[in-house]
Amino acid sequence: MGMTMIEKVVSRNVGKAVKPGDIVTVSVDRVMLDDIMMPFIVDKFREMGFRDVWDPDKVVLIYDHLVPATQVDDTRHYHVSDDFADEQGLPHVHRSDGICHQLMTEAGYVKPGDVVFGTDSHTVTYGCVGAFSTGIGYTEMAGILGTGELWIRVPETIRININGTLPSNVTSKDIILTIIGKLRADGATYMALELAGDVVDGMSVASRMTIANMSVECGAKCCLFAPDEKTAEYCGVELTDELRELRADSDASYAMTLELRAEDFVPVVACPSQVDAVKPAAEAAGTRIDQVFIGSCTNGRLEDLMLAAEVLKGRKVAPYVKLIVTPASRKVYLEALRNGTIDILAKAGAMITHPSCGLCCGRAGGILSDGERVVATNNRNFLGRMGTSKVEIYLASPATAAESAVQGEIAWRKA
Amino acid sequence: MIKDFTARLWKLGDDIDTDIIIPTEYLAFPTVEEMKGYAFSPLRPELAGMIRPGDCIVAGRNFGCGSSREQAPEVLKALGISCIVAGSFARIFFRNAINNGLLLIENADLHDAVQEGDVISVRANEYIEANGMRFGIASLPENLVEILDAGGLVKAMRHRNGVE
Repeated sequence: MGMTMIEKVVSRNVGKAVKPGDIVTVSVDRVMLDDIMMPFIVDKFREMGFRDVWDPDKVVLIYDHLVPATQVDDTRHYHVSDDFADEQGLPHVHRSDGICHQLMTEAGYVKPGDVVFGTDSHTVTYGCVGAFSTGIGYTEMAGILGTGELWIRVPETIRININGTLPSNVTSKDIILTIIGKLRADGATYMALELAGDVVDGMSVASRMTIANMSVECGAKCCLFAPDEKTAEYCGVELTDELRELRADSDASYAMTLELRAEDFVPVVACPSQVDAVKPAAEAAGTRIDQVFIGSCTNGRLEDLMLAAEVLKGRKVAPYVKLIVTPASRKVYLEALRNGTIDILAKAGAMITHPSCGLCCGRAGGILSDGERVVATNNRNFLGRMGTSKVEIYLASPATAAESAVQGEIAWRKA
Repeated sequence: MIKDFTARLWKLGDDIDTDIIIPTEYLAFPTVEEMKGYAFSPLRPELAGMIRPGDCIVAGRNFGCGSSREQAPEVLKALGISCIVAGSFARIFFRNAINNGLLLIENADLHDAVQEGDVISVRANEYIEANGMRFGIASLPENLVEILDAGGLVKAMRHRNGVE
C-alpha cells in the first residue's frame, strides 16, 4: 500500500517504513528556540544533567516575542539566551531580525524532508516546504538539545484537495480559516494535514506558509505540501528525484479526504473568541471596529503587505481606527520599503512597527480594553490575547483587514 | 505507578486554551510559583485562589489547545491539580503534561455526569467512579507510562545521564 507524505518523511528519517500509530524515535535535523521559552529550556537542560548541545549547527535561537522588551525583566531572557549561546558556541542567533517561523524558512534553516521541532506551536509552518515540523514544550526541547532525538507517534493524515479557480478576492488565509471552520478546533488533533490540487500548485510558498501556520488551530500535528519547483527555488535547493518522491503515493490511505471546490470560497472572518467560529465576512459586515493589526507569522510577509497596500492605495484609514502593520522580518521590511509598499501604507495612515511577534502575542503597543474590537491577520483570537478578556478579536486576511481599516467596520474586498 | 485517589472537581467547558490556562503576559515571570495565581484568569479570575491541592479538573473537548507553552501544565501542577479528565486533549499540552508527571485521563462521558464540587474516585488504569457511575480509563502507550513512572522527563533524562 502507498504512503502519505508524513509517512514518507518519517520513514526517510528513521530508515525504515512506518505506518500511522507507530511510535518511533526521529533524528532531529534542526530546532528552533524562542526567547520567551529560553530560560526554562536552559534550566531543564542543566537539571537533566547535560553539559553540551548535541550539534550547535542544528540549533537556531531567535528573539521575537520579547523584542523590544515591553515589560520590566523581559530583558532577562536576552541575557540568559546570550550566555547560553556563548557557552555552547551557537552559530545561528537572531536578536531582532523578525519572527521565528518567518526566519526559519526565509533564512534557509529548513529544507524539504527535514524533521524540525520548535518551542512554539506555530512551528507547523515549515510544512509549507515539505518538512515535518511541529511544536513542543521546553522540557522536550531540553531533551533534544542533549540527545538530538525525540519520540513521535506517526500520525494519520487528512487529505485536502482544492481544485478549480479561486474568486479573485479570496486569499490563502480565507482558505485555511474555512478549513478550520469545517474541521472544528480539534478536528485534526494528533493528525497530519496534506494539501494538494490546482489551487495549491498555483500558490506561492508564502501563501502555503499561511495555511501550514494555522493548521495547529484545528489541532494538527503538521501540515505538509509536496515540494515543487517553487519550493526548491525558495529553499535554494535542487528539486531532486528524492525530493519529488516525498509526494504522497496515489494509493496512500487517509483518515479522511476533503474535496473542496475553489469557486465555493469567499472572504471569511473568525469571530471572537474561537478560531473555528468562522463565517463569511459579509455576515459580520458593519460591525464597528477600533483597531486593525496586519502582521504575524501567519500574514506578515511581503505579499500580505502588498495586498494591504493594494487595498489602501490612495485611501485613508477611518479616523477612529488605529492601523498597526508589523512586517514578519527585517528582510520583508526592507523589501516593502524598496518597492514602495511602506510608502503607500504610511500615507494611508498605518503605524509601521519593527519586525517581531508584536501584538499577536499581546506584548507590544496596541493593547486594547473592554468592549473594543480589532480585526487582525494573525492566527489566534483567544480571550485576552491582545488586552483584556473583553476585547473582541476577528481574524481575517490582509485584504479584509485593510478594507475594514478604511471603512471603520468589518468590510471585505469585492471580487 | 499511578496510585488510586479521590478528588474534588472543577468543571470547565470545551476548548480551554493555553492562553486561558496561563496568559502570555505572565509567561516571563521567573518561576511557575509566581505565575500560578493567574491560572484561568481570562475566564475565571477567582479560580486559582480556590483550587486546593489534590483537586482535579473535568473538562470537555480539546483541553489545552493553542500554544506550546509548557507553563500551562506546570502551573496546574503547581496548584496541586491531581489529574485532568477531558473529552480530548490537544497534542502539545498532552505531551507537556506527561513530561511533567501530570496525569491526564481521556473520557468523553464523565463531563455530562458531574457537577462542579462533586468528588470522583480514580482507580488507576481501570475506571473513574462518580455519582454511583463508572467510567472507563483507556491505557496509555508504554513509553508514556515509563515517563510518568519516572516522575517526568527531567527525571528520566537524569537517570539516563547517571545523575541521581
